Amino acid sequence: MIPFAGWNLPVEYSGLLAEHKATRQAAGLFDISHMGQIRAQGKNALSCLESLLANDPAKLKDGEGHYSFITNEQGGVIDDLLVYRLSPDDYFLVVNASRHPEILQLLKKHENPQVRFSGNPGTAAGMALQGPQASAILAQILQGAPLPRRNHIAQFTIFGATVLIATTGYTGENGYEIFSDIPTGLKIWAALLETGKPLGLLPCGLGSRDSLRLEAGLPLNGQDLSPEISPLEAGLGMFVDLNRPRTFPGRRVLEKQKESGSPRICIGLQGQPGQPPPRHGYPVFQGGKQIGVITSGIPSPTLGHGIALALVTTPAPLCGQDVEFEVRGRRVHAKVSARKFLKTK
Amino acid sequence: MNTPDNLHYAKSHEWLRIEKDSGTVGITDHAQSALSDVVFVELPKSGRVVKQGEVIATVESVKAASDIYAPVGGTILESNETLSSDPTDRVGSFGLNPIHLSLRAYYPLQITLPP
Repeated sequence: MIPFAGWNLPVEYSGLLAEHKATRQAAGLFDISHMGQIRAQGKNALSCLESLLANDPAKLKDGEGHYSFITNEQGGVIDDLLVYRLSPDDYFLVVNASRHPEILQLLKKHENPQVRFSGNPGTAAGMALQGPQASAILAQILQGAPLPRRNHIAQFTIFGATVLIATTGYTGENGYEIFSDIPTGLKIWAALLETGKPLGLLPCGLGSRDSLRLEAGLPLNGQDLSPEISPLEAGLGMFVDLNRPRTFPGRRVLEKQKESGSPRICIGLQGQPGQPPPRHGYPVFQGGKQIGVITSGIPSPTLGHGIALALVTTPAPLCGQDVEFEVRGRRVHAKVSARKFLKTK
Repeated sequence: MNTPDNLHYAKSHEWLRIEKDSGTVGITDHAQSALSDVVFVELPKSGRVVKQGEVIATVESVKAASDIYAPVGGTILESNETLSSDPTDRVGSFGLNPIHLSLRAYYPLQITLPP
């Protein structure tokens, strides 16, 4: 167990590699109760969210969700989040644990009789069921109720309680995120473990959560995203909507970056088997000159060599080109690649 | 946890086995299980002179790189080459068993053995 944004979270249950493999080949169950669950309700909920979020929540239909950002005036990322529309005046936001209190406070500044924000840290349970067997396992618990489509959310009654299930995740696998009250969450966790065990499900900790997300090329706030890194620099411009009338913090900066290019860009790196793996903070070189730094790096359990996301100055080296990163004083060869390292679902 | 009596232990989880005029250094069972699945090991070259407390090796798991410190000063006589020369099959393989690093340090040494 390690401290994580005010929570104690397990790095691993049975072992990082076993958990990683289980999620890729069968199913993994992750406790994500630390993630902030925020509800925005009222007639002005949409209007308020439109003025704060980088992706346009007005695009969402009932039961639909998308990835978005809360940016600062400099266009940097305060947090990346998932925004779901439950109904025209009821939105559900899932934010990072470390940013939960800050975002709730920021949202509450906009509270009025027409919009209310709720969801204090530690008041709800969340879990992610991910992997090729996730649908089969969850279907047994739901006894045939149809599951939401990819990036959609729906309300269910499980053990007599109202539960939200979204077809989203952070592993690159097909999967679900399940949000409920805490006593119900405990029951669902136990039921999923029992149902999933014969199919190869393992409970998974933070360690495999990180290795799975990086193989899928998904960013981690605090490493690949930060108040000093914009979504465009992170290569996530497709989740920033600049074709709408409403403004949001940092919009001007992001527009400028879109027009004339950002000074830095996030690239993927792939190392070689038998070489030390890339890690967060290692400098990256091209032709002997430092061009940037690794923001996330691991030895990929699936690929058998190092993979990394690196933030480098533009013009950045292209896919297939050679770069180096520095490990303990020596340079190690790597190739620039797409950020999605694994062909996932 | 396996802690054989014939070994001396450092607070940083290395062990030292004193032989006739040299010693062998490794990492404890506890350190190995804390590191979990080891995917890469970097060992020192023989002939290198090291001080007590100096980083002599690095063991990498998926989650982190962990340094191994010299429990005593001396000259590296030999590293367990089979360990570092072929880590490729280790990187890709799942569920690798914990391993013992085995380096030999020259002895007698400036020993302040931990209690």
